[in-house]
Amino acid sequence: MTERSRLKRLAVAVSTQPTMENTVPNTLIDVRGLHVRFGKQQVLRDVSLQIPQGQTLVLIGESGCGKTVLLKSIIGLIYPTQGDIIFDGNSMSQLKDRELTQQRIRFGFVFQNAALFDSMTVAQNVAFPLKQHRKHSDAEVHEIVMGRLREVGLPDNVVRKKPAELSGGMRKRVGLARALALSPEVMLYDEPTTGLDPIMTDVINELIIRTRERYPVTSVVVTHDMRTVRRVADRVVMLYPLNRLNKREPQVLYDDQAEHLEEHSDERVRQFVRGEAGARLQEMQRESYVE
Amino acid sequence: MSSNSHIANSDGNGGLLARASRGIEDSIADLGALSLEWVAGFGSIAIFFWRMLGWLFTRRPRMETLLPSFYQVGVLSLPVVALTGTFIGMVLAVQSYAQFRGLGLETRMGAVINMALFRELGPVLAATMLAGRVGSAMAAELGTMRVTEQIDALASMGSNPLHYLVVPRFLACLLLIPALTIMAVFMGVVGGFFYSTYFLDIDTFHYLDNSRKFVGAYDLFIGVFKSLFFGMTIAVLSCYRGFHCRPGAEGVGQAATAAFVHSFVAIIVLDLFLGILLDEIHQMIWPNAVSLL
Repeated sequence: MTERSRLKRLAVAVSTQPTMENTVPNTLIDVRGLHVRFGKQQVLRDVSLQIPQGQTLVLIGESGCGKTVLLKSIIGLIYPTQGDIIFDGNSMSQLKDRELTQQRIRFGFVFQNAALFDSMTVAQNVAFPLKQHRKHSDAEVHEIVMGRLREVGLPDNVVRKKPAELSGGMRKRVGLARALALSPEVMLYDEPTTGLDPIMTDVINELIIRTRERYPVTSVVVTHDMRTVRRVADRVVMLYPLNRLNKREPQVLYDDQAEHLEEHSDERVRQFVRGEAGARLQEMQRESYVE
Repeated sequence: MSSNSHIANSDGNGGLLARASRGIEDSIADLGALSLEWVAGFGSIAIFFWRMLGWLFTRRPRMETLLPSFYQVGVLSLPVVALTGTFIGMVLAVQSYAQFRGLGLETRMGAVINMALFRELGPVLAATMLAGRVGSAMAAELGTMRVTEQIDALASMGSNPLHYLVVPRFLACLLLIPALTIMAVFMGVVGGFFYSTYFLDIDTFHYLDNSRKFVGAYDLFIGVFKSLFFGMTIAVLSCYRGFHCRPGAEGVGQAATAAFVHSFVAIIVLDLFLGILLDEIHQMIWPNAVSLL
């Protein structure tokens, strides 16, 4: 049995695991009854997930369903209103500033719009985490930076360019190179292919696959793109916007392998996978009529 | 019919009263909500300041983050502070000349101009220029970083945004505003002296002699001491506004405007209270200080 198929089987084991206790073997990230609220708006309600080491979990769902909020909660950029994230045995919401900083070095985060520092060059962006947390010489930093940039398929002449001079695809790849700089244990991707052409989307998907093949990383990918889901996912979790759920319905509509998405019993999951507005269109028409 | 109209009339009055009472209730509720928002805002700024102080005293900021902030706050602000200081000194001479000449005290203008510059105008002017030039820019820069997730990126790479972004800006404002204040005061003194002696033909010796007699080191201390508080206030309020910027271009614009407006109001309010405090201290130390007359 290959490592990939083992992780896919584990995905099924995790999805059928009813308890919130840390019983799934090798659990690295344990999301326990997570609630997130911004003012009066509740975004996440009682979301629980266990992500084993080495798994690539893809989070899908409509815009506004809380995928990015969940991703940012995992790394402690957003504090939960209730519930907790346990990362490698540490409760992320209980950690002090400094301890949280130490844990964050173990993550690599690829932001939706790359979030490159626009006052720095490409090389300075990729070198940033190395200069902050490693005691390498300038020559060593340069070597690592060039290595990471080559890994993501960027030519040497981009190093002196500012992020504003790069295309969207190049910026995302620089973001990926920067996230990989410290050889993280967990990679978090926030809509890595949004806004890219199909070729560049495929390039990014390939880079996600290569990254997990090259390094023993656990990955969480937030995406709307079903091609990305089919190519990279060991396990798929679908969230649904709370404003269209009643209070008893769970927010996680689907938690299984990608292969079973299309034959899922829930019509909302099938519609999302097929990209059909269906009932949503009728809801929108009703809402506009009411307004 | 008449009984019906009587009932309608009484209902009308009752309705009016109910509406008026609801209006008063709403106003009180709005006032309460506003007060709560203010208290929460102050609390949030205080926590931001406290956490920043924690990083300031426990981890030394890196030179590559300090130097650009010092350059931005100090070097680039110097010309504009010097220029405005010079003109304020000259304007003071223009405005006070007619009054002092009427009393035959024009040689004492130096004392008034210099005291006003040392104690009030120098620090307030330097702080206002800093709030306008640097405070708004800091809020806009940090606000853009917040909106484009650069602050989140910084945190995700294990760097604390308060330590990396706020501490250097705070130190630059705190440590360089005294220099800017001294520059504003110096240029104002020179401007006032130049205009009074060259254009208003006031005797140079008496102008300088009165300046020396009435203005001392304590006056300069007052200005510099106040400026330290102004510098801290500008840095904290501007960085706070940037960090808590609302999304979009409008949010960044609002953050930049709020940074200046809030800093300016805080400078003026602090100026009053620090002025009262330092004046009391002056009275305690020198109860028989020389009078202008």
